[in-house]
Amino acid sequence: MIARVTLSLREGVLDPQGSVIARGLQGLGFEGIGDVRQGKWIEVALPGVTSEDEARTQAEDMCQKLLANPVIESWSIDILQDVS
Amino acid sequence: MRSAVITFPGSNCDRDLRVAFEAAFDTPCLKVWHAETELPDDLDVIGLPGGFSYGDYLRCGAISARAPIMDAVVKAAEHGVSVIGICNGFQVLTEAGLLPGALIRNAGLKFVCRPEPLQVANADTRFTSGYAQDDDVTFPIAHHDGNYVIDSEGLERLEGEGRIAFRYRQNPNGSMNDIAGIINDAGNVIGMMPHPERAIDPVLGMRDGLALFRSLTA
Repeated sequence: MIARVTLSLREGVLDPQGSVIARGLQGLGFEGIGDVRQGKWIEVALPGVTSEDEARTQAEDMCQKLLANPVIESWSIDILQDVS
Repeated sequence: MRSAVITFPGSNCDRDLRVAFEAAFDTPCLKVWHAETELPDDLDVIGLPGGFSYGDYLRCGAISARAPIMDAVVKAAEHGVSVIGICNGFQVLTEAGLLPGALIRNAGLKFVCRPEPLQVANADTRFTSGYAQDDDVTFPIAHHDGNYVIDSEGLERLEGEGRIAFRYRQNPNGSMNDIAGIINDAGNVIGMMPHPERAIDPVLGMRDGLALFRSLTA
């Protein structure tokens, strides 16, 4: 199993990098661009885990303890099956 | 005064902070490596220095805040030992939960490196008693992620409780309410983005920082 955590800045937290990306897109001629927000993803392979529930629980714990800063970030977790 | 400075992998202002402590207290400062698990129990002040610990990987200060030594630092803080976190050290303190809020990317997106005029917003703390209320001081700043943010309730608390120690006169990074440095509830932990340890001697061009360290001996 692979836990894929997607992290975003919380609503209301300033994202100046997103603004620069928006301006870059506008500079390239894309019209009607609204807000741009930038986040990140982290994939954690959990080779020993066989249950999706278990993977999700572990991933949530990892987010709370390290992967995310709850003061400024929100997150979602997707569990992917290994394709090997 | 017994002092210690923690070095994390990538800390680069640890020596300067030790020099500042030794200049102010005239006693040797202890060097502590992040992987140690204990601190002497007679410390008066612990310093978390500036730098780029863990390359700012994941988030600035995030991995340092989970270092083995941090349990001992948190316990010492709970027992009233003074803790001063400067720049990356401030980031570590917020990540460790010893101070509220967070430091994010500078609003202007540039790394800002220059002498910065500050206001002593509260001269009634153990770190600022060497200054007068509203004093003008100048410390250098050198950071990319110094933009202080906190939820509106937290901000009201900081303001209402006089827990803002320093404010920028010309906000260089977008910090809410021009916040440059804050203290915790109990008043024994300070986090600040500017570098007082780089402003302790006329030969450095700035000397306002020495009074901060001397305040601790009062």
